[in-house]
Amino acid sequence: MLEKALNGSPRYWGWVFLLLAVIGVGFISYLRQFSYGLGITGLSRDVTWGFYIAQFTYLVGVAASAVMLVIPYYLHNYKKFGRIVILGEFLAISAVMMCILFIFVDLGQPMRVMNVMLYPTPNSVMFWDMIVLMGYLTLNLLIGWTTLGAERKEAPPPAWVKPLIYLSIPWAASIHTVTAFLYAGLPGRHLWLTAIMAARFLSSAFAAGPALLILLALIVRKTSRFDPGKEAIQSLAKIVAYAMTINVFFFLLEVFTAFYSNIPDHMYPIKYLFVGLEGHTNLVPWMRTAAVLAFVGLALLIYPNTRKNENILPLALIAVFISTWIDKGMGLVVGGFVPNPFERVVEYTPTAPELLISLGVYAIGFLILTVLYKVAIAVKEETEGVEIPH
Amino acid sequence: MSINRRQFLKIAGISTMLGIGSTAIVSGLRKGDLEASQFEVSPGALTAKRWGFVVDMSKFKSGEDIKRVIDSCHSIHNVPDYGNPKDEIKWIWKDDYEHVFPNQENEYATAELKEKPFMVFCNHCAQPACVRVCPTKATFKRQDGIVMMDMHRCIGCRFCMAACPFGARSFNFRDPRGTDENGRPFIKKENPEFPTRTKGVVEKCTGCYERLAKGLKPACVEASNGGIVFGDLEDPHSEVRKLIAKHYTIRRKPELGTQPSIYYIIGGNENA
Repeated sequence: MLEKALNGSPRYWGWVFLLLAVIGVGFISYLRQFSYGLGITGLSRDVTWGFYIAQFTYLVGVAASAVMLVIPYYLHNYKKFGRIVILGEFLAISAVMMCILFIFVDLGQPMRVMNVMLYPTPNSVMFWDMIVLMGYLTLNLLIGWTTLGAERKEAPPPAWVKPLIYLSIPWAASIHTVTAFLYAGLPGRHLWLTAIMAARFLSSAFAAGPALLILLALIVRKTSRFDPGKEAIQSLAKIVAYAMTINVFFFLLEVFTAFYSNIPDHMYPIKYLFVGLEGHTNLVPWMRTAAVLAFVGLALLIYPNTRKNENILPLALIAVFISTWIDKGMGLVVGGFVPNPFERVVEYTPTAPELLISLGVYAIGFLILTVLYKVAIAVKEETEGVEIPH
Repeated sequence: MSINRRQFLKIAGISTMLGIGSTAIVSGLRKGDLEASQFEVSPGALTAKRWGFVVDMSKFKSGEDIKRVIDSCHSIHNVPDYGNPKDEIKWIWKDDYEHVFPNQENEYATAELKEKPFMVFCNHCAQPACVRVCPTKATFKRQDGIVMMDMHRCIGCRFCMAACPFGARSFNFRDPRGTDENGRPFIKKENPEFPTRTKGVVEKCTGCYERLAKGLKPACVEASNGGIVFGDLEDPHSEVRKLIAKHYTIRRKPELGTQPSIYYIIGGNENA
């Protein structure tokens, strides 16, 4: 099937080469980091994880979101998602690939990465995170490729895929839960030490992932003959609305506990993020933007007339996507390190090489996504109108 | 018997996967994997059930005393000096009371107490969070309580730095064996007796394991004129236990349950 990715319009190839160019720049920046060390980034002794790990965390959420299509389609027989469930699975594959790459570029000794498997350490959450991520990648590759291959032959998918599909549902929840446990089990990092961390991760994932998926579906509809279906998009938009509502609600729970209890350690990081601490305000404009976008996005998604308007819907989704990205892709990770164990504020700003490397990883992810979507859409265009039992 | 190309590739692929997979499983599950240092204790070595420290700042009379203790550690352990706080590596250093014990918040405490310097280094916790999170066992706790680093196994993920609530760990953001723009080496004078590190690994105080093996107390203890006392916390007759019994001592963030092994005498001699 992969050969279908070799047959595209000049616009398709233009996009592919643009991505390759960005990957090239990112790769050169990575070589610089590889020879100089992670000192090339804005990371320090006090803020030891930054942009890379934040992107990893955010993308785990995007990957988990495929389950928001799989559950209605396979468990509730919601046929409208039949056409786009493959888009969710392929998005998951590219997102997990980016997760793995973001972890890789964050390692001080990347050549030793196999030590995680050579010396398996079950008491480390990172060991389990590797296992669930690898498993989720394998599941989605198997499921996505097999179901699409069957669809191409206009036949129902083989029976052995069904159990894997059902397995992928709890597995999607697991990748997010385990990733949240990376943070939620550490003593002395007050922003992270919260029992609803995994729940917050899941809610923000189920808002951000489907939001991106709808945006991608709208792009697919514009650039190909394949129509994901108006009703499917609307249903997904409702999922985003619910998930985002829960996400904001969960965040407000954190604010209540920190501020009503009036415990300084719990208030400091939230203060740092939204009003600044001891005059340090690097993230304040970002976090406030995220807050405004969250409420704007929510209002547009909850009010039916704006949600149903396909000119306004993308704006609402972009607002949700950016808001959750700032919250998790910047605030959550850095906020955990501020103030430091000595209650001193040391700020973090990513450097240019760090951003170029990140951009390169995103470009690799989008290249994988482009190729996979190209194949999927080519198959969909061939079999248009054929109803396949599942 | 003949096989076609498809069958051949299938068999080749599966056997490769099995081969690689089983090696990892076998080496991972091998029992009795002990670190060399736990295998056999050299005859003259200092041993204990749980090493610990008591820090008495009243014995540090001047900034010179503090500097001497820091230098005694950093010089023999080849701790590099990058000349900037962002990349800084430190095994032992001083900070003031207010920041060493942030949970002892007291708005009416005198400025003198708040600014009083205290020596800080790895607490060699009995329940170390860093050891719990390390995905490769590159950091581990020895039977004598020393929390060790294997800098050859560390992958540089810095999970331990996020987990340590005491900021005891440093990361080699640059190559410690290198030089700055002016050609000045980061390690001023290399001690050939102790290994230098590579970039991209985490390091910290290792309780002078190399000196304990030779029957010597840690370098900071030796240089501190009694300001840092070292001994077995599990032995009721040890000097550290006697000091803890005699003085009012506190530990950093004991409420987090890591059970730090450094006890600080507050108030010094006046409290005795």
